[in-house]
Amino acid sequence: MQDWLYSDVVKDHFQNPKNVLMEDEASWPCEGRGIVGNIQCGDQMLILLRIKDDIITDVRWKTYGCASAIASTSILSEAIKGMNINEAYKLKPQDIVSRLGGLPSNKIHCSVLGDKALRSAIDDYLTRNGKPSLAGQEEVEVICTCLNITDRDLEDAYKAGDRSWEELQARTKIGTACGGCKERALEKMHEFEHLYGE
Amino acid sequence: MNKRIYLDYNATTPLSDEVKKIFFAELELYANASSLHEDGRLELKKIEQARRECADLIGCTAPEILFTSGGSESNNMVFQTMKKVSLKNGRKTIVISAIEHPCVIESAKQLEKEGFKIIKVPVDEYGIVRIEAYRQALEENPLFVSIMSANNEIGTIQDIKTLCSMAHEKGALFHTDAVQAAGKITVDMKDWDADYATFSAHKIYGPKGIGALFVKKGTPIEPLIRGGHQEKGLRAGTYNAPSIAAFGHACLCAQKELVSYADKTRKLREKLRDGLIEKIPNIRINGHPERVLPNTLDVSFPGAEGEAILLHLDLLGISVSTGSACASGSLEPSHVLVATGLGPELAHGSIRFSFGKYNSESDVEYILHNFPPVIERLRKMSTLS
Repeated sequence: MQDWLYSDVVKDHFQNPKNVLMEDEASWPCEGRGIVGNIQCGDQMLILLRIKDDIITDVRWKTYGCASAIASTSILSEAIKGMNINEAYKLKPQDIVSRLGGLPSNKIHCSVLGDKALRSAIDDYLTRNGKPSLAGQEEVEVICTCLNITDRDLEDAYKAGDRSWEELQARTKIGTACGGCKERALEKMHEFEHLYGE
Repeated sequence: MNKRIYLDYNATTPLSDEVKKIFFAELELYANASSLHEDGRLELKKIEQARRECADLIGCTAPEILFTSGGSESNNMVFQTMKKVSLKNGRKTIVISAIEHPCVIESAKQLEKEGFKIIKVPVDEYGIVRIEAYRQALEENPLFVSIMSANNEIGTIQDIKTLCSMAHEKGALFHTDAVQAAGKITVDMKDWDADYATFSAHKIYGPKGIGALFVKKGTPIEPLIRGGHQEKGLRAGTYNAPSIAAFGHACLCAQKELVSYADKTRKLREKLRDGLIEKIPNIRINGHPERVLPNTLDVSFPGAEGEAILLHLDLLGISVSTGSACASGSLEPSHVLVATGLGPELAHGSIRFSFGKYNSESDVEYILHNFPPVIERLRKMSTLS
């Protein structure tokens, strides 16, 4: 086929997903489980982790969703094998998108949920083992949950010169789905103003 | 992969060989149909012939056909006309169904901003307009009603004749978007008694960018595009003679083939429907079981998401559509499926197969052989299974 909707990497992971669990969840006992997403929006992801000495030794996942949702979960599952959970906890949606060779901007919001599912699975592992959650220690705070836009993205936008909500929206598409993140986003911009000045 | 199987005829059709011949020959001619010289007069003659052919397809007279750039323009024109009509009779309510095409919904929204009241009549689980709700809406003495003849996604056919006569009893004008119905089922303005009807060439093997609006004799209509005498001053702009001639011929062919087309596509539709039901557990056929376009089959596959299904089919060489949000670029699944009461999982997991005259039984066999494993695999990897 000449010209496909997504990159070749996405196409490959869509057609030949890696580490996907085709059987029942119960058939793959694990140390950490995380599920995120919403059927209303059309995407849901489950990540199961086997962890030894805080190292992710194996991973399985299930996804209900579009081609980019399937591909992004697949590529994430490859990236995190052998990773320390502290490092894995810091993975950003952007890391997944760049590994996929890019995604259309309207796809990033719903289809790249893997990092959230991963953090949820790591927290589950920590809770099961009586260890403190890493919540708050992720490198990023997801500000806009609809479009998966983080404080890092806002920081970059601030450095690029954005000051108003409209400028932020033009660059990042933040808040263009439900709009519920506006207040928190502007708080963050205020923080950056203190950090970096006008 | 060499061969592709096109099952998206409700989105658009290829030019038929017969239409192509007329269209290509016409492209060689260039005179302005408004010119007085012989070259121009010849073009005008062809336009008037096409007008008669278009009129024959929908059972009206030639002067009642107005050529436009297509369905969206025709629909917009009717809605814009309503502003003028409203000034005369003081009515401000417009009734549409919940499953109209976006160009009708958006036109209605625009009029709502300009002070009109819009009533969206709900449909039942099959997509049929709920008659009690419709009756109630008509109690408001609306200015105008717009209800599509047949739905583009689920193929459900409305009883336009009844809906139209109910509207007329209350003194309302009636418009039907017959873009999907024309050429697939009998569309008869004399029988239906509608005041306006929209249809388009590229859904019936004609070219893109040309369509028509039927305006019943004596019914008000206002131009969207001014500045020329064409179409009695109702649609300015040099005549697109090749497209109009091709449209006319497409209408002629569609009328001739109406019965054979319906028989052929219905057979393929039923073969695919029965095969899918037999081979894939837990599926839902959307739309009305009988009052449905012969060529349209809309199916939901719970547990699998529509865009992923569509792209797997695409990789198998099969072209279809989906009502999933992921394919639309919005966050909402098809408003049509939601209006029929489908939950998000069924709406996101919907696929529309729409047949046309170039499909064959072997297309259906290829799908029935290759498609079921796609659903099985997507369901196995799904969180919902």
